[in-house]
Amino acid sequence: MTNLIFLPILIPLIAGTMFVFFRKRLPLVRAGTQIVTILNLAVTAFVTYYVLENGTLVLQTGGWDAPYGIILVGDGLAMSLILTTNIIAVAAAFYAPYSLDKGREEFYFYTFFLILIGGVSGAFLTGDIFNLFVFFEVLLMASYGLITLGGTRQQLRESIKYVLLNLFSSILFVTTVAFLYSVTGTVNMAQLSVRVGYVNQTGILTTIGILFFIVFATKGALFPLYFWMPNAYTKPPAVISALFGALLTKVGIYSIIRIFTLIFNGNIDYTHTFFIVLAGFTLIFGVAGALSTNNIKLIIAYNIIPAIGFMIMGVGVFSELSLSGSIYYLIHDMVIKAALFLLVGAVAIVAGTTDLRKISGLIKEFPFLGWMFFIASLVLAGLPPFSGFIGKLQLLQGAFENGHYVVAIVALITSLLILISVMRIFILGFWGEGMDLPQNTRSIRPLYFPISFLLIFSIVLGVGAEWFLPYIQQIGVDLTDPSVYIDAVLKKE
Amino acid sequence: MEIIMSILAGILFSAGVYLLLQRQLLKIVFGTALLSHGAHLLILTMGKLNRGDPPILEEGIKAYTDPLPQALILTSIVISFGVTSFLLVLAYRAYRTNKTDNMEQLRGSDHD
Repeated sequence: MTNLIFLPILIPLIAGTMFVFFRKRLPLVRAGTQIVTILNLAVTAFVTYYVLENGTLVLQTGGWDAPYGIILVGDGLAMSLILTTNIIAVAAAFYAPYSLDKGREEFYFYTFFLILIGGVSGAFLTGDIFNLFVFFEVLLMASYGLITLGGTRQQLRESIKYVLLNLFSSILFVTTVAFLYSVTGTVNMAQLSVRVGYVNQTGILTTIGILFFIVFATKGALFPLYFWMPNAYTKPPAVISALFGALLTKVGIYSIIRIFTLIFNGNIDYTHTFFIVLAGFTLIFGVAGALSTNNIKLIIAYNIIPAIGFMIMGVGVFSELSLSGSIYYLIHDMVIKAALFLLVGAVAIVAGTTDLRKISGLIKEFPFLGWMFFIASLVLAGLPPFSGFIGKLQLLQGAFENGHYVVAIVALITSLLILISVMRIFILGFWGEGMDLPQNTRSIRPLYFPISFLLIFSIVLGVGAEWFLPYIQQIGVDLTDPSVYIDAVLKKE
Repeated sequence: MEIIMSILAGILFSAGVYLLLQRQLLKIVFGTALLSHGAHLLILTMGKLNRGDPPILEEGIKAYTDPLPQALILTSIVISFGVTSFLLVLAYRAYRTNKTDNMEQLRGSDHD
């Protein structure tokens, strides 16, 4: 049974490698990718259900006992995020054939895509901090391939910055692991947690914690370190932007949640106050960026930043309620950001431009696209029946209960501004006089299926909150108590 | 010994960061190479530079050096090799396409 948690990593990696050999036979590779992602989704759904019902699964690779070998830990948090990842992967696999040009598809798009999914799943599953670095590099290398794929002038220009920044933060990651190894003598997360708790988190451990935070804040695009993100994410084609916006920054956030609930939880007054202040700035600066531009892809890319602010706010408040709010918001945001990127990709195809000032009156020709965008905007802003609401409600409740009024009010105002920033696309782009549409050779009808698939999941996540909420609240409770994780890994009776 | 190695790693880091802040793309790539050297040296140093034999099992040896940091460094070296070679090709391609290797001219966000 425990071997099953290896499958979300293994299936995409093997499939991605296999497709290297058939790169010119596109019908085969497309159908293969779609089948593999659906299979992977089914397997992950089964394993997630099993983990949520029966508790954490721990796989000791190679049969070595916990602190000595590499372990994979499938707990509720990791498995539910992998399930979300695979839902997005299915949508991307069905969106890609109808939106990418032939050259990009032939030059190993599907291989990079599947390796990215494998790397993300690995980063969520691993229970070893150096192995986390390795999986980060796996997914980053795949993302380097994807971001440069096609090699347009702008893509190359932005990808240099993207690669350099990620290379720098990876080097910082390795350095920080070296410091942590020097202090504690282990790289296994559960044993790290025990040893850090044993010495009661001294000054040097807090310093290492903040260094980790800087590393993951760079990967996750937090306030002072988000400058590289919006441009780099918007230059590649829409489906690649969707994968990046939905998955890459969220792995950074997951790492922050994991490390600061499991390992560095001894000096909360200092580190977590710092998080709340940064979360406030992240919210303000991200939404200011979203309001400042007329490029529709850039508006969505800037909207990634305030969402990350919300999640870090939940980590900063550090109560059961706010952590489960963070997890709920994380899952909701992965899905809705992917859906929004795919939607603006479709808008860019039919309008022939991403400049909002040149787009108008699309609702007459494309009513279904328009109303899907409308619903997606409401989901993003967090209106009550939809999934953004429940996460935000828990986050704000947690913040008010613990006396963090300022950041809670900033978060409320930000929500309003987020709604304005996406409604601008709807009002200016879909209403008004009809524009002269460019003659498209391709129909966008096939793109509706993956987008509506994501939107339906997003609506179910909001409307059917009662089904998901108990599990997610349980994850929040488990996160505040590291002994659950430690006992599962180190098998203490 | 650890102090000297730490200072050396510090020098590598500061030289690397200085090169990262240059305008010419190739200098930046060299900067990342120096940074990764510094990081690898630091992993070795942080694993404590105790005297001992190489970590190969043989009869009659009491003290070995710590094998874990060496394995970590080996992993990290091949990863940074991969990334650096990719970055060099990317820099070459960007130079060919953009007709410049000056980072000052590669900034901005023109709304195509």
